[in-house]
Amino acid sequence: MSTRPSVIRQTIVTPIILIVALLIMAALAYQFGSRAFNRTAVEMFINIMVVVGLYVFVGNSGLLSFGHISFMCLGAYMTAWLAIPPVMKSITLKGLPAWLLHTQLPMWVATPISGVFAALFALIIGRVIMRLSGIAASIATFGLLGVVNNVYSNWDSVTGGQGSIVGIPPTMNVWIGWLGAAISIAIAYLYSISRSGLALRATRDEAVAASASGIDIVRERLIAFVVSAFIIGLAGALYAHFLSIVNPGAFYLRTTFVTLSMLVVGGMSSLSGAVSGVVVMSLLIELFRNLEKGVSLGGHTVALPNGVQEIAIGIITIIILMYLPTGLTRNQEFSWRGWPLQRRLARTVQTALKELN
Amino acid sequence: MREILQIVFDALSLGSLYALGALGIALIFGVMRLVNFAHGDFIAFCVFAMLWPSVDAAAIVFAGQLPFYLLIPLLLLIGAVLSILSEIVVFRRFRNTNPATMMIASFALGFVIRHLLLMLYSSRPKSITLWPSLGLPVELLGAHIPMLQVVTIIITLVVLTVLVLFLKRTRYGLEMRAAAENFTMARMLGVRANGVILLAFAISGMLAASIGLILATNSGTADISMGANVMLIAFIATVIGGLGSIPGAVAAGFLIGAASVVFQATLPHDARVFRDAFVYGAVIVVLLVRPQGLFAPKSAKQRV
Repeated sequence: MSTRPSVIRQTIVTPIILIVALLIMAALAYQFGSRAFNRTAVEMFINIMVVVGLYVFVGNSGLLSFGHISFMCLGAYMTAWLAIPPVMKSITLKGLPAWLLHTQLPMWVATPISGVFAALFALIIGRVIMRLSGIAASIATFGLLGVVNNVYSNWDSVTGGQGSIVGIPPTMNVWIGWLGAAISIAIAYLYSISRSGLALRATRDEAVAASASGIDIVRERLIAFVVSAFIIGLAGALYAHFLSIVNPGAFYLRTTFVTLSMLVVGGMSSLSGAVSGVVVMSLLIELFRNLEKGVSLGGHTVALPNGVQEIAIGIITIIILMYLPTGLTRNQEFSWRGWPLQRRLARTVQTALKELN
Repeated sequence: MREILQIVFDALSLGSLYALGALGIALIFGVMRLVNFAHGDFIAFCVFAMLWPSVDAAAIVFAGQLPFYLLIPLLLLIGAVLSILSEIVVFRRFRNTNPATMMIASFALGFVIRHLLLMLYSSRPKSITLWPSLGLPVELLGAHIPMLQVVTIIITLVVLTVLVLFLKRTRYGLEMRAAAENFTMARMLGVRANGVILLAFAISGMLAASIGLILATNSGTADISMGANVMLIAFIATVIGGLGSIPGAVAAGFLIGAASVVFQATLPHDARVFRDAFVYGAVIVVLLVRPQGLFAPKSAKQRV
């Protein structure tokens, strides 16, 4: 009857490796990095939270979601409502209810509330959307993104409309970023070894057999949807504290696709893939950002023209996918055995993705 | 009566635009199961092609000064060439990968095209004056309808007719329909895969060019992001219409155009800014009722 501990013993090393590796990166950035580099590191940690959140749903269920950035939007705005000083709120956000208008919560209270808010929203909307399957579910999540973006861009009295809301206390640093990333990795790991996570992966690999074995696909997908919304809601809250301004444009198509690319480049059905995808892409972006600023070569400063960064990132993404269609980690996890990548028992058959076909 | 006619024409012309876009996406999806997220950037590329070779802020339209009987074929050619090139250079290598990987690859390609345009032309919208006479209203049954709307609807109908004839009456059309139905089977019966896929990409590129022309004439500007919105709606339309169904994609394009215009006209004034939320909400409702799409082909049904 002691099967559960052995699952943990076999797999616990993956999240530990990931969290320790990120801790080393945070320490290096804190010790040696410039101010600008530290901001890049914080941004990377927030992206890790988002992509790990995406992995919880996309990786375990095999369904693509375009809607998860709307949870980031919900989390960020919730934090803005909770954390901006009441004096400022009463000028810019007149439409808020009185009790919200007069509260100001510190970061460590506002952030979990934002996560729970996103998760509750996901629970309600997920009950509807998770009944769909395959590409219909993906498009419905697209609809979700459109609805949330449209409402937050136009509900002027509560969200400030298209403009930015300012005044969120900028209390982020590398360590909080690392803590956020570590917590999301831990949640994602615990979910993926839980009963629900195993059941959901079974539906991903062989939907018909799984439901014949008594797995309620809709229920398991809903659980993953809510867990991932919670993680991404937290990421949104930290993002708001990081930039200290929020505006709806930041939570739309560009972010959706950049985070999805990070997930697919890393390998979308593994936690290690989610994390390494973000790290690799962030390093590439930072590298090209510096090249655009200029590098001195033998007394001359050679700088790439502006805009090369995005073009190069796009081309590199295409090339990585061309040669490694299952991502950099080939959908395997980091572990000690068979370092650096553990071989899975068998190749996964991606049935849920076949629904697209 | 006059208002209703106005609404009908608005709905038809917006729907035409979406239908042309949905067609471009559905054709490629049919032959290679690729959701082409670069389609919107193809549209933008074709619009900016009219500015070549000038990159000035006060756009000196070069190709745009050509008479229309030269400009239109030139743009269609540019669209087709761009689309074919993207197939040969990028998508050919993704034929056997899973749809998610293909989708992200197409998005990355779109990203590259968009930022290439941004680098060359900067993000400021440029003005393009194309056929200003099309902006004048014409009187139809007592309503004032912009000439361009009428032209857009006529062009769409012509394109659709030509395409239907092509698909139904020619050998290549037959091959393409067979490939959309069951690609492996079609190949085994002697359909050349590369030929059919290239043809689908060429037609899709020409459709992107025609959308670009209509958008540029309509707005009088060239803007990097002008294709993105049409692409999104077109993408949704192909799913609502039933993936793989070409008539379904067109019908759903018209349907979404009509829904947007009707919501715009009938929603109370305060709720009008939330029109898109209503449209996307309606999309979710349609999917809940018919997850396989409104006009799903029989072959789309999942077999166990």
